[in-house]
Amino acid sequence: MAIKLGAEMVLEALRKEGVEVIFGYPGGAVLPIYDALYDSGLRHILARHEQGAVHMADGFARASGRVGVALVTSGPGATNTVTGLATAYMDSIPVVVLTGQVPTSLIGNDAFQEADTVGITRPVTKHNYLVKSIKDLPRILKEAFYIASSGRPGPVVVDLPKDVVSSEAEFEYPETIALRSYRPTVCGHVGQVRKALEMLFTAKAPVVFVGGGVILSNAADRLTQFARQLGVPVTMSLMGLGGFPGSDPLSLGMLGMHGTYQANMAIQNSDLIFAVGPRFDDRVTGKLETFAPKAKIVHIDVDPTSISKSIRVDIPIVGDARAVMGQFLEELGRNEPPKEYFDHLGHWRGRIENWKALHALDYDRNGSRIRSQYVIETLYDLTGGDAVVATDVGQHQMWVAQFFKFDKPRTLLTSGGLGTMGFGFPAALGAKIARPNETVIAISGDGSIQMNIQELMTAVQYGIDVKVVILNNSFLGMVRQWQELFYRSRYASSCMAMVPDFVKLAEAYGAKGFSSAAPEDVVPILKEALAHKGPVLIEFRVAEEDNVYPMVPPGGSIGDMLLV
Amino acid sequence: MGAANGHNKTPRRILSILVNNEFGVLSRISGLFSGRGFNIESLCVAETLDPEVSNMTIATSGDEQIIEQIIKHLRKLIPVIKVTDLTELAYVSREMVLVKVHAEGDARAEAMRLSEIFRGRIVDAAQKSLTIEVTGDDEKIQAFLDLIRPLGVKEIARTGKIAMARAQKG
Repeated sequence: MAIKLGAEMVLEALRKEGVEVIFGYPGGAVLPIYDALYDSGLRHILARHEQGAVHMADGFARASGRVGVALVTSGPGATNTVTGLATAYMDSIPVVVLTGQVPTSLIGNDAFQEADTVGITRPVTKHNYLVKSIKDLPRILKEAFYIASSGRPGPVVVDLPKDVVSSEAEFEYPETIALRSYRPTVCGHVGQVRKALEMLFTAKAPVVFVGGGVILSNAADRLTQFARQLGVPVTMSLMGLGGFPGSDPLSLGMLGMHGTYQANMAIQNSDLIFAVGPRFDDRVTGKLETFAPKAKIVHIDVDPTSISKSIRVDIPIVGDARAVMGQFLEELGRNEPPKEYFDHLGHWRGRIENWKALHALDYDRNGSRIRSQYVIETLYDLTGGDAVVATDVGQHQMWVAQFFKFDKPRTLLTSGGLGTMGFGFPAALGAKIARPNETVIAISGDGSIQMNIQELMTAVQYGIDVKVVILNNSFLGMVRQWQELFYRSRYASSCMAMVPDFVKLAEAYGAKGFSSAAPEDVVPILKEALAHKGPVLIEFRVAEEDNVYPMVPPGGSIGDMLLV
Repeated sequence: MGAANGHNKTPRRILSILVNNEFGVLSRISGLFSGRGFNIESLCVAETLDPEVSNMTIATSGDEQIIEQIIKHLRKLIPVIKVTDLTELAYVSREMVLVKVHAEGDARAEAMRLSEIFRGRIVDAAQKSLTIEVTGDDEKIQAFLDLIRPLGVKEIARTGKIAMARAQKG
């Protein structure tokens, strides 16, 4: 055992956990850790705002499947992480945020830059710690990474008082975890798996419903094999996009409030929903009483609290989606569905094809204005779908979900649960650092991009090659859409009457900027931007009063959609 | 008394929760209830035989589905070791109440009689009042309070309920 400074213990723990990059912002209380970082060889990305740092760590985690790490100071540094933590918490993203804290002797004294970080972040973290003694530090760091990344993942905060990281103690990083109270279930109950498979074999109109858990647990390949082998149509929640190939003929696209007609109709008419890792949130189910009235529900989820939270489940299976799908494939190796199963499926898929033909996703391609949908389709065509796409929140987010076919997991990074504007761009920066050889695109709106635009400086300083596409409709588009539909078109404060000159803004930061309102410019600008080395900001001034359809009005049944 | 409503379907539930006896655990639990809109009727915490573990008794209410969610969410908290819904089992529960009651003239004798009937103890006596300690289950405490109230209760303090599963018979 060696004597180490607390700050060095922190960095040593990060190394042992395989961390190579930290996103952060220094300040008084966290200086001892920054001092140790100075010649540690660990890569540090200096964000321009702590919220940006946490979103970067989050984007890094979503794109790579590894734990993202952020480091900030006490007080305002810590409070600025709250939105980032809540975003990661709602979407179950493994992030460890290390916060500086005033010395233990000053805690509770309203010291300079003091905040009750553990108290403030408790409801938005999976767990959090205040390290009161250096002897607890190695254990807590080990637990923090374990808790963040196991079971249903989530953010963990470790609050580090300045005196604790400035003192010395024996350092031994624990090899194992001894948590008597936390043991997430991995494998599913074998009897339940068999029962669920039997139920599926006798179903006449089954649907596989993919949630974010499929992506988080790296179950996409197994789920895809399972669905294809049984020929079951597949729909995805926003967080589940990429969990099954969007371009596969079995894919129905996304379901829910802005889901496709065929996905919502299939769910409403199904007799069995085979749900893997979703949480049946209100944007998916619409009115609970009328959701999938004829369907039995199989629900696989690692988190028991997600099961039967809003929708009564017939066969609950608690376990890790990847492990459980492995069990299903094994069972499928031993049992074949009866012959009539495929007859029923053929008939069922026929009905779905009819729905598809009746109301396919579409828009008017002949107008004089750029349509957001067209920009997204063009990006899909130009990249061949081979890109990591981060979004902000609003209309553009839904259009991305509808018009970009995500074939692979970890290619769509979006704030699904919290709906955080300002998430997409910093998340894209984190993703590009995790996957430097891939094309990373942030698709945003004129509202969202102005939250966290400061990270453009981070992108330019570190040469993080992210393409930002701003779909500028001069409105907070989704707010305006709701005002149009439900508030008699009284556009209260949703008009972004003024936005900066985005080209000049990009240039002021040292990035490349483009702007156009002409449909014929879309292809050449995107081609040039994609070929350019380095960060690019592209503004397309698009049709102002465009709406996302289909739409299920809030509180309505998902079978009752407003169509174009 | 005692055996309490072992299997009835009243929405009232008694949860016994073993938690790691660590900094902030009470606020994690109370924060879970307030953050998710669950109701706490009473809450008692104290150390168990193992000083690293505390026992919490929470009285709460809600329909089956809400109780199921409460229990699952409690189990999800990292410092929670075990959650038992005592309402599902045979259990004993007790609460202690201190009542400071107006006690002059006839009322004084009546207060002392009631204390005796309920096997209470007079723990403080003054010229104009008596303070009575009574321990029991819900029904007993309620019955005592109903009877003592007409005498003029000046002040009341209750511990909240503690509870324990009954041992297996035989």
